[in-house]
Amino acid sequence: MSKGRFGPYGGQYIPETLMNAVIEIEAAYEHYKKDEAFVRELQSLLENYAGRPSLLYYAERMTKKLGGAKIYLKREDLNHTGSHKINNVLGQALLAKKMGKTRVVAETGAGQHGVATATVAALMGLECDIYMGKEDTVRQALNVYRMELLGARVHPVESGTQTLKDAVNEAMREWTSRIEDTLYIFGSVMGPHPFPTIVRDFQSVIGRETKRQMLKAEGKLPDVLLACVGGGSNAMGLFYEFLNDPVRMIGCEAAGRGVHTAQNAATMANGTVGIFHGMKSYFCQDGDGQIAPVYSISAGLDYPGIGPEHAYLHDIGRVDYVPVTDEEAVDAFEYLSRTEGIIPAIESAHAVAYARKLAPSMAKNQVMVVNLSGRGDKDVAAIARYRGADLHE
Amino acid sequence: MNRIKEAFANGTAFIPFVTAGDPDLETTGKLVLEMAKAGADLIELGIPFSDPVAEGEVIQRADSRALSGGCTIDGIFHLVRSIRGACGVPLAFMTYVNPVYVYGPEKFLKHCASCGVDAVIVPDLPFEEKKELLPFCDANRVELISMIAPTSHQRIEEIAKEARGFVYCVSSLGVTGVRKKITSDVGTMISLVKRQQKIPCAVGFGISTPEQAEKIAQVADGVIVGSAIVKLVEQYGADCLGPVSKYVREMKQAVRTR
Repeated sequence: MSKGRFGPYGGQYIPETLMNAVIEIEAAYEHYKKDEAFVRELQSLLENYAGRPSLLYYAERMTKKLGGAKIYLKREDLNHTGSHKINNVLGQALLAKKMGKTRVVAETGAGQHGVATATVAALMGLECDIYMGKEDTVRQALNVYRMELLGARVHPVESGTQTLKDAVNEAMREWTSRIEDTLYIFGSVMGPHPFPTIVRDFQSVIGRETKRQMLKAEGKLPDVLLACVGGGSNAMGLFYEFLNDPVRMIGCEAAGRGVHTAQNAATMANGTVGIFHGMKSYFCQDGDGQIAPVYSISAGLDYPGIGPEHAYLHDIGRVDYVPVTDEEAVDAFEYLSRTEGIIPAIESAHAVAYARKLAPSMAKNQVMVVNLSGRGDKDVAAIARYRGADLHE
Repeated sequence: MNRIKEAFANGTAFIPFVTAGDPDLETTGKLVLEMAKAGADLIELGIPFSDPVAEGEVIQRADSRALSGGCTIDGIFHLVRSIRGACGVPLAFMTYVNPVYVYGPEKFLKHCASCGVDAVIVPDLPFEEKKELLPFCDANRVELISMIAPTSHQRIEEIAKEARGFVYCVSSLGVTGVRKKITSDVGTMISLVKRQQKIPCAVGFGISTPEQAEKIAQVADGVIVGSAIVKLVEQYGADCLGPVSKYVREMKQAVRTR
């Protein structure tokens, strides 16, 4: 079996043109992750720029209303740029600098990864090109302007379904044409090896902090961890530290208008094993291996695949994956806003929605952590439109 | 002699590419026959994919036309079987790993052999991952073509050592599509391959004019052209046979005069 495998999943299914580039990144990462100066510099950026550690907040009103498990929210929404994406981008951009790269490219769905990349590129003086599906540039118009404000070039992608998968296609095409000075900063635990591992490692700060904070607050490990899953980076970031602990983990995927309709992005519920975007994993696709046009109200979860480590954790039964519909996510978006005064990203609202279902069935002495992967300011206009208001940014 | 060897037996080979099912499979069948008559030494048939990451806009559009026209893998096998009686030109499938993997590699390669497809080219299956398809290719005597790129450098040695059929030399960085100039040193790439074994080397990506083809033919055993032909198919639709045939004739003439 080739490198970078999680069971049978992962691998490096990319054009020959890119092979030396990923080999170079792997070597650089293996070197710098053990380099004390690099680790110190990244730690300092996480604390002094991103604002870590993020809070582990006890959602008391939500807990009381639901009447079951004690609910904590891991507040990744409070990071600089408003989501967990900055954790990974700081790590990869620092790696790019050490490798002597002067330019970064990235894909983005909701714009969270694009904004984080544009931000860190500005901080580190790197040239920055962001690829975003045309449809998403409309859904998330404010984030497009934000990225441009930060000095990035935003390229609307008009091929295919004009969403996240097409943005990845185009970013990969661009990387193939300009490799020497460019690093592709993958935004999730996906793509060819070593990206699923690198992104997981840089995101695993979420789980390490959560464990420490939980032991301090409750004197024990949590019983359940919940996170939304598109590619799956915030979920891997939370779960990884707990994989060998007796903790139940649940990934919430986007069921759009329902898993039994044609309009969803529930890869675990509906997908089959395939090879795409550099990795073997589960994908929504037909019997000829054509990738399906998926749908979710959440641009960040609107992706037909899932990271290879999730595919493995699914197969061995370590993590459960559950579908959450648009309607449930929008309800949760409004619920958390009113109950706790916290507006979650519509992506994170998928995890909140499942917490609302699960918590009442758990005992009061049990504890659950919901990863609040991002803040919802970017989604307010879209949710208003979903509810029938004629509101545009 | 297998058919891939035959392809390189008439001087420098001219290797045209068309996307199967663009604009429809009937036209694809006629195109294969016409191109063979016009001097094509090996024909690459693209199996359309929803997300062709190695292709430029021209072939992306062709894939999308073919898929929206209802082109399927079984339909393509049926087409190849139907033209094989009339035409012995060497044929290679060019596609991505996912359609083959999901269709089932064993079934796919078995059908390739029974229809008379001589080779498969899979741009997102690099050397490290070739075991995904190689055992099935070997079992069915279908060649899995190796690719090298301008960024391959030290990798050329190991790739060339195990290469079969011919080596596909990617002339340029980036995706497929017409380029004004080919700047990579393909001559050096090819000589590195030949140091490992005597195997034909065909160059593709970016070539469109007879002048470019003639120049590449001075160092290569074959010249591959895709986007320039697919553009003609896009322009003329079902009436593309004449223009494509004329183009293939000119290009074969250009590579022959080395």
